[in-house]
Amino acid sequence: MDKPVKSHASAALDVVKLARHIKRPTTLDYIKYMLTDFLELHGDRRYSDDLAMVGGIGFLEDIPVTVIGHQKGRDVKENVKRNFGMAHPEGYRKALRLMEEAERFGRPVITFVDTPGAYPGLGAEERGQAEAIAFNLYKMSGLKTPIVTVITGEGGSGGALGIAVADRVYMLSNTIYSVISPEGCASILWRDASKSGEAAEALKCTARDLCDFKIIDGIIDEPGDGAHEDHETMAKEIKRTVLCAVRQLIKFPVEALLLKRYEKFRKMGVFTD
Amino acid sequence: MSRLFPKCTRCNTSHFVTFLKSAHYVCSKCGFHLRLDVSTRIKMLCDKKTFKEIDKDIKSVDVLDFPKYMDRLQKSKKETGINEAVVTGECKIKGFPTTLGIMEPGFIMASMGSVVGEKITRQLEYARENNLPAIIIISSGGARMHEGIFSLMQMAKTSAAVKRLNDKGLPLFTVLADPTTGGVTASYAMLGDVIIAEPDALIGFAGPRVIEQTIGQSLPQGFQRSEFLLEHGMLDMIVSRKQLRATLGTLLSIHSVRPYEGEV
Repeated sequence: MDKPVKSHASAALDVVKLARHIKRPTTLDYIKYMLTDFLELHGDRRYSDDLAMVGGIGFLEDIPVTVIGHQKGRDVKENVKRNFGMAHPEGYRKALRLMEEAERFGRPVITFVDTPGAYPGLGAEERGQAEAIAFNLYKMSGLKTPIVTVITGEGGSGGALGIAVADRVYMLSNTIYSVISPEGCASILWRDASKSGEAAEALKCTARDLCDFKIIDGIIDEPGDGAHEDHETMAKEIKRTVLCAVRQLIKFPVEALLLKRYEKFRKMGVFTD
Repeated sequence: MSRLFPKCTRCNTSHFVTFLKSAHYVCSKCGFHLRLDVSTRIKMLCDKKTFKEIDKDIKSVDVLDFPKYMDRLQKSKKETGINEAVVTGECKIKGFPTTLGIMEPGFIMASMGSVVGEKITRQLEYARENNLPAIIIISSGGARMHEGIFSLMQMAKTSAAVKRLNDKGLPLFTVLADPTTGGVTASYAMLGDVIIAEPDALIGFAGPRVIEQTIGQSLPQGFQRSEFLLEHGMLDMIVSRKQLRATLGTLLSIHSVRPYEGEV
């Protein structure tokens, strides 16, 4: 069916809205549809178990994998428990612990990104939010096992990147990945958070934009009017893409894998020299 | 601001510029370490006439066609006399050769876009190729919004370059000056083998205003200041500007010898 033509600004904002849709599948939904024998693992072994970041192990077809992702809630009560998918430092440290466990056993890592950002709060700062993210970037760049990332909703700045330094990065078609939220950008630029539509456009942060910029490796199409309409079909599409990437990546010798990962991020940036 | 009598940005006291200079731009009234430009930093830290700049001519591009970005770039270039928010190079400190990166807070708050990320990465790669340590003097508002996703990716790029430097047995020392926040804190700033902060510098991931808005209350006194971070285990030491050159010299000296080869 033909949709009415919209201006670019509202089109970008429509993607933002879909990316944040309350009925969108979450990491645990994807795990349910994609993996067998899944066991959730908990805790960072240092401070606590951050419920905004989930992870565990299971089989993707015949391949054992570690899956890690931000976890949002489906209603207010669950969102309070999950802190709206905004992890504290312990969430990033839990993610890293699980990645290092995967590395020890040569198990590929799959991460699902869906967060407004890393949590900006007192405890988060006291316990080193910046250090936790920085250390994940550092360690992931050298993790000796394949990593595949899927942006499934909001890719909110450093909080997203903290689990997204991967060999392959895909985005679902109605998602964003951005250095700052459109609202944050609008309040800095125009001192008016309601101009988030203009900001969303200016930031060029939709899956389509990032694919054009060659920042990501591909877009996974969402069913119907968005992933929220059909969780199972969405999971099936993701599984197909991720499985294909994992099967390719596990054939690479570790030196080649790490060199390619370094070069992938090394060449990102636009400037004149 | 008067050039002859600049004011302390914290307590508003006016100082005669010559006195302020000789005091390393530390306010004699309240002790605040004022923000410094790159050339003053070089003079304070490096052995005389040893600093050689590298990658001087890398320049930013308005890749997103972002509102007002070109104007801000032009204005910053004019005001600071440099091409971007970081100057990198090689120098000697107390006789020890090292690479050195210095961020310029006067250049769009030394935010990190493609050029800052690229220059820091090249500094770290240069250090790695030439078997040199790396020192970065940091002062930054974080990632540069005007370059969108390209700015965010500089965090991954620079952190990966720190890893490769370390993997070759070479150290990174970071010095955090006021302010160090956002995407720069959450990448190379917190990845120093030794992390130094200047006294009373604002250091954090989220900005204080964002946190206040999120939690709906005002922040406790001293929150996100150097002393607070030291107390919480996030820094190795707080060093006054007067002592910084000597401390870096000692760090370089200790790290210049490897008594046990072991495995890197």
